[in-house]
Amino acid sequence: MRKILVVDDEQDVEELFRQIFRGEIRRGEMDLQFVLSAQSALDYIQGLQPFDLVLVLTDINMPGQSGFDLLRKIREKFPELQVFMIWAYDDTTNFEEAKKLGANDFIPKPVDFIRLKESIAKVLLN
Amino acid sequence: MALVVQPELMVCGFIILLLLALFIVQYNKAKKEKLISENALAELQNTRGQLSQQEKLASLGTLMAGIMHEVKNPLNFVNNFSEITRELLEEYIEAKDEEEKKEILGTIRQNLEKITHHGRRADAIVKSMLEYSRKRTDEKQLTDINKLCDEFLNLAYHAMRATLKDFNCSIERQFEENLPPVNIISQDISRVIHNLITNAFYAVKDKPDAKLTVKTQLSGNAITIAIRDNGTGIPEEVKQKMFDPFFTTKPSGEGTGLGLSLSFDIIKSHGGNISVDSKENEFTEMIITLPVSSK
Repeated sequence: MRKILVVDDEQDVEELFRQIFRGEIRRGEMDLQFVLSAQSALDYIQGLQPFDLVLVLTDINMPGQSGFDLLRKIREKFPELQVFMIWAYDDTTNFEEAKKLGANDFIPKPVDFIRLKESIAKVLLN
Repeated sequence: MALVVQPELMVCGFIILLLLALFIVQYNKAKKEKLISENALAELQNTRGQLSQQEKLASLGTLMAGIMHEVKNPLNFVNNFSEITRELLEEYIEAKDEEEKKEILGTIRQNLEKITHHGRRADAIVKSMLEYSRKRTDEKQLTDINKLCDEFLNLAYHAMRATLKDFNCSIERQFEENLPPVNIISQDISRVIHNLITNAFYAVKDKPDAKLTVKTQLSGNAITIAIRDNGTGIPEEVKQKMFDPFFTTKPSGEGTGLGLSLSFDIIKSHGGNISVDSKENEFTEMIITLPVSSK
């Protein structure tokens, strides 16, 4: 099963994603995992046996380490892992920085789930 | 009759003439210097005015950016939970199994509660934003200090939450009831309050038991506003310079170093005072004093 990790400090994100992708989850096409901080995401990724994670969706503005810190660390250790950044900013400075750090896609808030589903489908196809 | 001029008189006249010339030269020089220093002063005041304006815009800008950012999180839930709920209603209509129907209804109810919750969250944020942009006037008006403190305490908290999501701080309001209204430029004084509270929040941001107390009090013919935090405190050498323009302890690019210096000017121009009491790693208390009969 294709495992996707969602990193966001807002508790309701888990409920939202589980409902949005309820069809995919029910059909066994997707396995969603949730953590509330960048550090717990890193712990989760490093502890994976076997490594069956295909995608990380991360918020940027989080307690402790930001989504950028997470992206940087993932790129060091897992250069192949796909990472999508979810953010509430409108400015392009963040966009440029994320691109430079090697983010694979950018999802603005409020999240357009039709678009997000398309982007995820592309990742899952590969 | 031939005019006989005595040599002593000639010398005397010559000296007077010389003194006069010297005086004129000196006078012109002084006038010129005065003009130069007057120009420099005007230029300085002009620059100062521009900087003050910049600081004002900068603080408004970060506040707005913080609030906009903060609004998008609840908005994300409102938009998407309502979209899902619409889909769930269709699924409910098509569902045949009673158990399934019951489950869908439960989810719908839960989603509607979430929509209300996040809608209210966004509403509270927008409200405080409106209150900040309203009433932008430079005229003095009778102002309720408690209300002003309360409003800007909320605003500063939201702005802080927008920049540091894990930010948490217990807030205590010790407002003396029935304070007389004070004649102030409320927009300016609110800037000072916002500024001091934000500084306090920065000082406690890494503390697990962060606490901020805002206390208002009438003592004699003055109102005091005391903003106390249990944060990092202010070292003695910083205390000496903290009201100096461009002095900042923040990393370069983050602080303008004008916040406290402008706050100080604003309070002084209202005939009041700002004092500071602090102990490193224990607390900082900033006390604003404003005369009640400020004209």
